[in-house]
Amino acid sequence: MSGIIAEKLNEQGLQRVASKERLTFFGLTLPYLLIVVALIIIPVGWLFYLSFIGRDGSFSFENYERMTKSRAYIRIFITTFKISILTTLICAVIGYPLSYFMSQLSRKWANICMIGVLIPFWTSLLVRTYAWLVLLQKKGLLNNIAIDIGLISEPIKFVHNTTGTLIGMVHIMLPFLILPLYANMRSIDRDCLKAASSLGATPTRAFWTVFFPLSVPGLLAGLLIVFVLCLGFYVTPAILGGGRVIMAAMKISSNIELYFSWGAASALGVVLLIVTSVILFIASKLVSMDQLGNRSAK
Amino acid sequence: MTNSSLNISIKNVTKTYDQFHALKDISLEINSGEFMTLLGPSGSGKTTLLMVLAGFTNPDYGSVKFGEEEVILKPPHLRGIGMVFQNYALFPHMSVEQNVGYPQKLRGVSVTETKRSVEEALETVKLAGLGHRGVDELSGGQRQRVALARAIVFKPKILLMDEPLSALDKKLREEMQIELRQLHDTLNMTTVYVTHDQKEALTMSDRITVINDGELMQLGTPNEIYEYPSNNFIADFIGESSLLPVIVRNGVVHFDGAEIKLSTSPKTDGEFFLVVRPEKVFITIENSDDVNKFEGVLLDSIFQGESQLLVVKLKSMSEDEVVLRVRVPNGSVTQAVLPSAGQQLIIGLRVADSYLVS
Amino acid sequence: MKFLHKNVSETQIRLKDRLWLYIFSYIVLFLLIVPSLVVIPMSFSASQYLEFPPKEWSLRWYENYFFSWKVENGFNDWMQATWTSVKVAVLTIFVAVPVGTMAAYGLVNGNSRISKMLFPIFISPMMVPSILVAIGLFYFFVQLKLVGSVLGLVLGHSLVAMPLVLIIVFSALKNYDMNQEKVARSLGATRFRAFREITLPQIKFSLVSSALIAFLTSFDEVIISLFVAGGDNSTITRSMFLALRDQIDPTIAAISTILIIISSGLLIIMQVTGAKENKR
Repeated sequence: MSGIIAEKLNEQGLQRVASKERLTFFGLTLPYLLIVVALIIIPVGWLFYLSFIGRDGSFSFENYERMTKSRAYIRIFITTFKISILTTLICAVIGYPLSYFMSQLSRKWANICMIGVLIPFWTSLLVRTYAWLVLLQKKGLLNNIAIDIGLISEPIKFVHNTTGTLIGMVHIMLPFLILPLYANMRSIDRDCLKAASSLGATPTRAFWTVFFPLSVPGLLAGLLIVFVLCLGFYVTPAILGGGRVIMAAMKISSNIELYFSWGAASALGVVLLIVTSVILFIASKLVSMDQLGNRSAK
Repeated sequence: MTNSSLNISIKNVTKTYDQFHALKDISLEINSGEFMTLLGPSGSGKTTLLMVLAGFTNPDYGSVKFGEEEVILKPPHLRGIGMVFQNYALFPHMSVEQNVGYPQKLRGVSVTETKRSVEEALETVKLAGLGHRGVDELSGGQRQRVALARAIVFKPKILLMDEPLSALDKKLREEMQIELRQLHDTLNMTTVYVTHDQKEALTMSDRITVINDGELMQLGTPNEIYEYPSNNFIADFIGESSLLPVIVRNGVVHFDGAEIKLSTSPKTDGEFFLVVRPEKVFITIENSDDVNKFEGVLLDSIFQGESQLLVVKLKSMSEDEVVLRVRVPNGSVTQAVLPSAGQQLIIGLRVADSYLVS
Repeated sequence: MKFLHKNVSETQIRLKDRLWLYIFSYIVLFLLIVPSLVVIPMSFSASQYLEFPPKEWSLRWYENYFFSWKVENGFNDWMQATWTSVKVAVLTIFVAVPVGTMAAYGLVNGNSRISKMLFPIFISPMMVPSILVAIGLFYFFVQLKLVGSVLGLVLGHSLVAMPLVLIIVFSALKNYDMNQEKVARSLGATRFRAFREITLPQIKFSLVSSALIAFLTSFDEVIISLFVAGGDNSTITRSMFLALRDQIDPTIAAISTILIIISSGLLIIMQVTGAKENKR
């Protein structure tokens, strides 16, 4: 018997078949891989390299040193984090009850409400930002109504400042929080809640001890995706901030557009990328990647 | 429909996933026209072996011959097999007719011939006239039949089935077992059938191959496997049994100090198990030389419809509890005078039915 | 007011205890949808300034959009930009959908360990901040002389659309019973034929929606366009962004209205085809 095993019938042929199979599948992913490598990995790697090149063209850390010393940069970091954290928190406070509400509805009504979440999701970012500009400006709808009903006598400045930026960003980010959170809440086994109340929990208690802990993965997924998207956000703060709210992405852009300062822009970009990656890495450990897979950032 | 079939010869088939040995050097001959069942618990490697036959899994090495022809390097679509999957895998975007006709379409068979063969196949599986139905209009049993018709429409010489009945409810499953077996006898194609259900295997097969942990454990007719399991795993897995630990010294079998008589004395010494099937033991009072006797206490008596199951704790000097199950057929004489729980009783096992496994 | 005592959850909460949640939720949904719609009346205003509600109505901003070469501030030739955007978005479909679908098929069927490794790389265009992708592409395309070209835009937009296609098709294939392809192959079909005749018809709605999403992603994309587009090949979003940053031009309200109609239309198509696929 053992003599026959030593022969290993057809081993080479089978290896050929197996490697051909592997090659087929790898070949199918190859065009994708090539595009990602050529258009993301190489360019970002190049930026990484540029971030270590000083003004005189030699290797240096000056681009990073500037970030820790310059007041302007420190202010940008503070603004970026402040806006991102505030947006994320406001989204959570608004999005959690809404997701909960939708998860309690019948499928049919939940799907109708879902359209309400999806329409802004599909409407161009620029259109929504523009709409807020129209609504919030000095002679905008909001001020007009407030003055008409006598709430205020002088128009309030809503845009070209932090308030306007926050309003616009929350509006744009909210769907990113609601989608994973709602999916998670839908998947919570309702019998758990029945079980809790049959065991004597009050509705409030059943919610906080059973439902809420079960919804935490969805909430975390939503919070992290919103936070990460905020960190790199460009369009809305650029328009609604009116140049007064400068976030990291805008500084990167102006470094290049105005000053052609690739080193400085790259260094800031590298920092942004590292922060984002760390958060996403933590996120991937906490929640499955599928839940993060929603519509991309703009 | 067809009377040509092929034998299958499997040699040294070995498959390893990383550290996991899915198949360990399996060699096996399946005769032409035979109904062979691959039986084993889930994860045993039985489906992997079937997938090797179909060509969906590449083993590390080994040989599979259909008749005289080596097929191990051939892709699935050139192997000419009919296959039925566990969940039927009917094509939902095609009608019953289109599903069954698909293999003929692939073979470039003419429209009229396809139509004729589809009708014939549907008739064979007792679905004549349902060809225009959509797949989602069928019941579970009907879907099963469509999957079968699709696998036999082109008259393959070999039919592979991967737990085809596992999704059906018990009653339908038992009907289909008999029907599938009859179908096999009419079509006479070599059939390899995978299941984890030992009763199904016993009901349908010409021979059974028991596989566990990627190893071929025993190959034999249903009768051989049931009556003479080759080890305690099979004795436990096939049918109901209690395994009594026994020790063989100098060719004499001892259980708890007492001697157990066998029809043929064991050749080697060591630790073995005595296989005790519930239907082969009985409550006894008489003394007879051809019966091994065990004293015990009745723990429980369970009514199961066609029989009464007694759970008996054997008197034992060792610490381990040894429990025997005794099946008393409903309507038998013994059933009328059953002891009640807690009572002592003596259990008998005929010497002819006493069988040891390692 | 009997309905207020109706039970609204498993835990015997009555509607009146929950009223605040209902009101709150409807307000939020209202605020999610309605603000964007404000651009519609704006676009029909006759005034230069953003007044709401408009005092006079006119179609002049639509006129301005469709016949913008008549306008003096020459840099925003809206029709040219629209044409570029449409061209790029359609071409993006033809790159992103086949490439993404092939990759999804490879990932689903290939070695699962390699797939696990490749997946994060494949969705990296979604994870890397867009501004970084944009300046990286800009730098790269300057070397290749692709800045301001349709090809450059298509490549850039495909990059962001591909992960979306991948995720949609990947999950469609995950939900799909691959045994069907196996059956077809055992019955005599080659792998490619099994894919074409058995798998493809069953995932076609996912492919259609991934194509729509690829189109919309490209059409709405701002940041990459800002850096990569230029010259004669400005995109509509780039022109809008520049116009918004520099001045408030009500033409944008007209364009926005058209964009809202396009995206709602695509969304409706997708919901309808999606509902069809779910029914099966």
